[in-house]
Amino acid sequence: MQMVEAILAGQRLALARLLTLIENDAPEGWAMLDALYPRTGQAHLIGVTGAPGVGKSSLVNQIARALRHPQDGEPPQTVAIVAVDPTSPFSGGALLGDRVRMRDLSGDPGVFIRSMASRGALGGLAPTTAAVVQVLDAAGFKVILIETVGAGQAEVEIARLAHTTIVVEAPGGGDDIQAIKAGLLEIADLLVINKADRPGADLTERALRSMLELGYPRGHHHPEEWAVATTQPKETWVPPILRTVATEGKGIPEVVRALRAHADYLRASSQWQAREQARLKDILDHMLQAALLARWQAGLPHGFYQEVVQRLLRRELSPHQALEVLLNQMPIPSAENSRLVP
Amino acid sequence: MEQRKIRVLIAKPGLDGHDRGAKIVARALRDAGMEVIYTGLRQTPEMIAEAALQEDVDVIGLSILSGAHMSLVPRVLELLRANGQEHVLVFVGGIIPEEDVPALLALGVKAVYGPGTPTQTIVEDIRRAVLATQGSAV
Repeated sequence: MQMVEAILAGQRLALARLLTLIENDAPEGWAMLDALYPRTGQAHLIGVTGAPGVGKSSLVNQIARALRHPQDGEPPQTVAIVAVDPTSPFSGGALLGDRVRMRDLSGDPGVFIRSMASRGALGGLAPTTAAVVQVLDAAGFKVILIETVGAGQAEVEIARLAHTTIVVEAPGGGDDIQAIKAGLLEIADLLVINKADRPGADLTERALRSMLELGYPRGHHHPEEWAVATTQPKETWVPPILRTVATEGKGIPEVVRALRAHADYLRASSQWQAREQARLKDILDHMLQAALLARWQAGLPHGFYQEVVQRLLRRELSPHQALEVLLNQMPIPSAENSRLVP
Repeated sequence: MEQRKIRVLIAKPGLDGHDRGAKIVARALRDAGMEVIYTGLRQTPEMIAEAALQEDVDVIGLSILSGAHMSLVPRVLELLRANGQEHVLVFVGGIIPEEDVPALLALGVKAVYGPGTPTQTIVEDIRRAVLATQGSAV
């Protein structure tokens, strides 16, 4: 556990090494996380998501800078960044390019940036992102910014990992029907229209605002009240819509203020505890599912699963019948009570 | 299930603005199943060493076309040692005069690649070198 001590003493090489062990699912990495876990729960976890190219990395860069060099008298906060980019489903390789937009943060010992490949996970994060975030939390970083892969409509896993989720849009991203579809926009605690100096920002804002009006009808007749939501905790949090030009740093102080307001709101309204509970339960559920599946598959005769897949392919079995064949071959405990076979 | 991936930092130190070679190599390594962290143009040796540390990479590929390799490469190697990362394998690509190659290799650079090197050569060299160090570490 020498490495745990080193991490708690602020040694960055030990921290980086442990993150690799965790990413590689190495048993000694998990043992170290077990030792660090009691120290987690201190950081404000902020997710940043949105379609590819809307400016997530640039925004993360600017938020981190603003937290390191506050202009409003607040103390600077240590910041860790976890930036996830997709793994190629064909080669298993990945090109992790988020650091290109974060060069301003170089040389600051209060910042730690780690790139992660998604390694086959589909929800916009990597399988071990939650664990990597826990290590950074235990290591003492006060704010952890988690940037997802460029997300489509349904990569919403980040909302379960973060306390505060920023959904980034850019002008020209679709009409008001896109805005009321389920998915990405629903998970937003903050809506940021980046590249707001481009044409179409007004339209994007109008579409988002009309979506919010449907979701939060109380503000319907007094939209100007919504500005208050960013500064005063109310009973319900109405996601503020903020405009930024991240490459120039425009609108960033407002985003940082809204992030602080959201953290205050969560704490004042007991939502913080509720989200923590949902978050940790979700992490446990995921690990349990993966472990149960792995154990169950390990108990099947060699090649049985592949054979069922082949029969599925030849249309001899429907997916539902295939499920029955598999469960009959290798029953799970109290299968009659489970919903695996509806 | 434990799974390791070779992690490579591709960096362009110095002031030249030509990153096509670096991108081609990055892409080839990605297609070979490696995780490639690409940091962009005009990196200082300090920025490169810091990124290598935070990302805990196995390999650094430096692309240099400016002619400043004899000052940039030793500085990167020195910073890696200072950070406790002397195990990181450093490869150099770009426009490197023939007579400078032995000096770079003597400093600890694993290989120097000039224009026209097949990307497959680079992929295989990296794979072999990483396997060799991991073999000796265990």
